Order: sequence, then C-alpha cells, then structure tokens
Amino acid sequence: MTITTSEITTTPVQSNVIKAENLVAGYEDNIVWRDASFTIDRGEFVAVIGPNGAGKTTLFRLLLGLQRPTSGTIKIFDSEPKRGNHEIGYVPQRHLIDSETNVESLELVHLAFCGHQWGFHLSAKAGRKAALVALEAVGAAELAHQSLNALSGGELQRIFLAEALVSHPSVLLLDEPLANLDIRRERDLLQLVNNVVRSHAVTALLIAHNINPLLPFLDKVIYIANGKVATGRPKEVMTSEVLSALYGVHIEVLHDSRGNIAIVGIEEHHGDE
Amino acid sequence: MTFNINLIAALQQMFQYQFMQHAFEAGTLVAIIAGIVGYFVVLRRSSFAAHALSHIGFAGAAGAVLFGISPVYGLLLFTTVGGSMMAALSPRAAHRDVHIGTVLAFMLGIGVLFISLYTGYATEAYSILFGEILGISNSDVLLTLVAALIILSIIAVVYRPLLFASLDEDVAEAKGMPTFLLGIIFMILVAVATSIAVQVVGVLLIFSLMVTPAAIAQQLAKRPHKVVVISVAIALMATWLGLFVAFYEPYPVSFFITSIVFVLYLLVRFVYRRIRPLKVSQAIIEVA
Repeated sequence: MTITTSEITTTPVQSNVIKAENLVAGYEDNIVWRDASFTIDRGEFVAVIGPNGAGKTTLFRLLLGLQRPTSGTIKIFDSEPKRGNHEIGYVPQRHLIDSETNVESLELVHLAFCGHQWGFHLSAKAGRKAALVALEAVGAAELAHQSLNALSGGELQRIFLAEALVSHPSVLLLDEPLANLDIRRERDLLQLVNNVVRSHAVTALLIAHNINPLLPFLDKVIYIANGKVATGRPKEVMTSEVLSALYGVHIEVLHDSRGNIAIVGIEEHHGDE
Repeated sequence: MTFNINLIAALQQMFQYQFMQHAFEAGTLVAIIAGIVGYFVVLRRSSFAAHALSHIGFAGAAGAVLFGISPVYGLLLFTTVGGSMMAALSPRAAHRDVHIGTVLAFMLGIGVLFISLYTGYATEAYSILFGEILGISNSDVLLTLVAALIILSIIAVVYRPLLFASLDEDVAEAKGMPTFLLGIIFMILVAVATSIAVQVVGVLLIFSLMVTPAAIAQQLAKRPHKVVVISVAIALMATWLGLFVAFYEPYPVSFFITSIVFVLYLLVRFVYRRIRPLKVSQAIIEVA
C-alpha cells in the first residue's frame, strides 16, 4: 500500500472558473459599474485595479454571494454565487487588530477550519493540525502561538492568508492585502500568493492600488474605473487607448526601463511606488 | 460575627444560615455564567452594550417592583427585549454606541418614573442598583439555576460559530454563517446573564462580574477556552471571597466583590505586564 502525500484536488478540470456576461453591479438607483464581460481561468493570478470607490470590493461581494447583480450574469464554477461557497477563500480588507485581542494565530486559523460547526468537539486535534499545515504553507509556523495583537502588518496578512487557505479553496479573493506593507513585505506576500497559485492551481483575485509590484506575476487585470470595467492581459489593459476609453479623458501610460508603469492624466497615480 | 480561624468550622458556621447558602448558590451560578458570557462581551467589544442592558434592566426591575412581582422578571423581560432590539437595529458593532446610549437614557427615564410612582421603601431601588445577594430567596436561586442552565446549553451549541463570528465577522459572513442571528443570540445571552448577575452585584456594578474578570483573563491566556476558564475562576473567587468577608464585616458584599476584581485587574495590568516582557526577552536571549 502506498501513501500519497500529494493533495487530491476535488475541483473538476475546467478552464472557466469565473464568467461574467454584461454584468451590472450596484443598486437600482446607484449603479457602481456596468457592462462587464470577462472570464477567468483556473489557476490564473488576477489583479483587480482601480481608484478608491470604483467598486473593486463590489466584485468580490458579487462572487461571495453577499450582493446580487443588478443585471447580467456572473457564474463561479458554472453556478450562481451563493454565500458559504467552500471553494472560495476570502481575505477581507481589514484595519488593525484590536490591541486588546489577545488570541493566538493558530486559534483564528483553527476557527476558520471548524468555526462553522455547531456544538462541541472534545478533540480539536484534527482541526489544529490542519491549521498548523495552513500556517506552514504561508511560512508562518513560528507565529502559530503568537498573539494576533503582537503581529506586524505583514505577519498578519500571512495569518489571514492561512485562514483563507485552511479550507483548501480553489479560488482566493484577497482585498487589499498589500495595504500598509512596505516594499519588501509587499514582494514577499505576492511571492507567497504566487506560489500558492502556481503549486495548487488556485485562482487568485487580488485587489490592489498599485499594479507595478504585481506585474511579474499577473495573468490578467480587471481594471475598474469610472463605472466601467476593462479586462485582459496586463499588456492589453495597461495601455493609453484602453485607459483613455475607460476614464473618458486622455491618459498616457508610460513604461520605465524595468517595465514599471506610470499613468499620467488622472489624479490617482496607480503607477506610483 | 467573629472570624473563626478554623476555615472548615468557619464555613460550617456560615452555611448554618439559609441566606448564606442561597447567596453562595446564586453567586456561584452567576459567577460561572458571567465569566463565560463576559469573554464574548470583551471579544466583541460590547462592554457598553452589557452596561446599557443592565441599566435597561433597572427600568424593568423598577416596573416589576411597582406591580408587586419579583424584580428579576422585570429584568429578564426588559433586557431580552432591549438586547434583541440593539442587535437587530445595528448588526455591526462599530456604530452601535450612539444608538445604545439613546435607548439607554430613555429606559433609565422610565425607571425613574417607576421609582417615583412606587410608594414603598427606597431599599428596593437600592438593592436593584447595588445588588442584594444576601436577600436572595429560594425561588430566586431556582430561577437563577434555570437561567444558568439555559445559557450554558445555548453556549454549548453556538460556542465555535459565535467565537469565530466575534473574531472575524467578515469572513464568517462570507462563509455563510448566520452572523445576524448569532448577534441576536449573543445579546440575549448577555441580557439573561445580566439579569441574574444584577441580584449579586446590582445594576451599577455589573462590570465587575461581566467584563473585568474576562478582561483580566484575556491578559493571562491566548487560547479562548483557557481564557474562559480563567475568567470563570476569577469571577468565582471574587464572589466567594466577597461573600466570605461580608459575612464577618458589616459592609455590602458587592463592595468586596468589586474591590477584589479591581485589585486583580490592577495587578495584572501593571505588574504582570512588566514581568511578561522580561520572559520574552529572556527567551530571545536563550535562542540567540
């Protein structure tokens, strides 16, 4: 008898993980953005970029089933999004952990594994093991018994990533995980997400302000601005033509020698470091 | 009463009195419940809600006294209705304070009206405000037991979901957990726990059992079930010690309970916190 150590992925092999057609998001009297049509394939690393209030998180809320489309359709694994989809690992945009919240990291990840179960389990062994494996996967095993309120921003983001990964999702939704991280931590975290995406064929959508640190890893960009959505490979979307059409004003996209992008012509400088 | 240095003899002497028996029974139940529910109050940063609920209960208790029924029924009615309303009106804790404060002031006003309409003795109001554990009747103990069992069985069912929703509401919601319902269940738990705890420490001193023991425990442990155990231990210790001392001294029990809890709080807050970083730095030196 042989024991296989590799994980068996339960997701059927299919290319389209997410499919949006003529999607309109928002509320009856307040449309956030309209006419979004795009597909995201299995194992793609996608950046969701756009100015504040453009409706980036709205896209996540649609995928999580927390909000319904105003019109059009959005499908995830060929069915309508619904709350409690175990295929999705979600890292919401978070502010600081309350300095009084003295709870160890392992407990939070453990709860993400079994917190939906009612009643008592006398033995928490299996859950704690799963939590430890998830923490190891994000290189945070040594933080397992550290209290959440004692962690730095970068450490916290790794714990939150473990929290999302503990239930072995096939889609990751990361809302501004890079906020408040310095350039090195930013790169470390992106490298980590990229490893997860590539090694487990997980599809990741990551909301960010600045596309530059993401460029080496990305398969696709969803650019949301001015009530419109543009999607495609970074080279296709981050052009003067596409962004000018999106914003409705003339925009220049400049490239430096290292491949970084600078956007000129709008007040929000997404190309800034 | 003179203090007997033989502890067993002292306890035997104490338990000869039925009011002391009742006080210990009710006090023990309340301490266990307050210690557990208190942890969730601290974790959800809902201490103002717990404070407000006890004051809302004051109006209920005053009303009950006015109509000649046991104050605890008025407490239960007003706090559960008030608590459910608070949870239903503002599902997210962040902006709750102003709503709670507004309802709180109104309910206290009603309480004042009831007190002024009541033509009996002011001692009733006094015991609601500051607790009257030595005056607990047999039926009050029974009611406390029933309430405690109900709270314990609800917590046994919702423990993990409530813990997760308290720590990480956004992810819990996305995972399809009933965070709104859990919010209401939590407030009802606080309401019932507050109602029975008022008998021991009174409306004004509810923090000493519902919040402070859990806040102290949270400084001492990082794993929720350990925090709950420590929190209960602190609440029990304070209640028992308070009753014991009050048996020999002519001062109110609630004064002793609040003082014991406060001294512990100061010790942990200022002394333990200074010792702890030492341990950490020593560990770092050892590793290096």
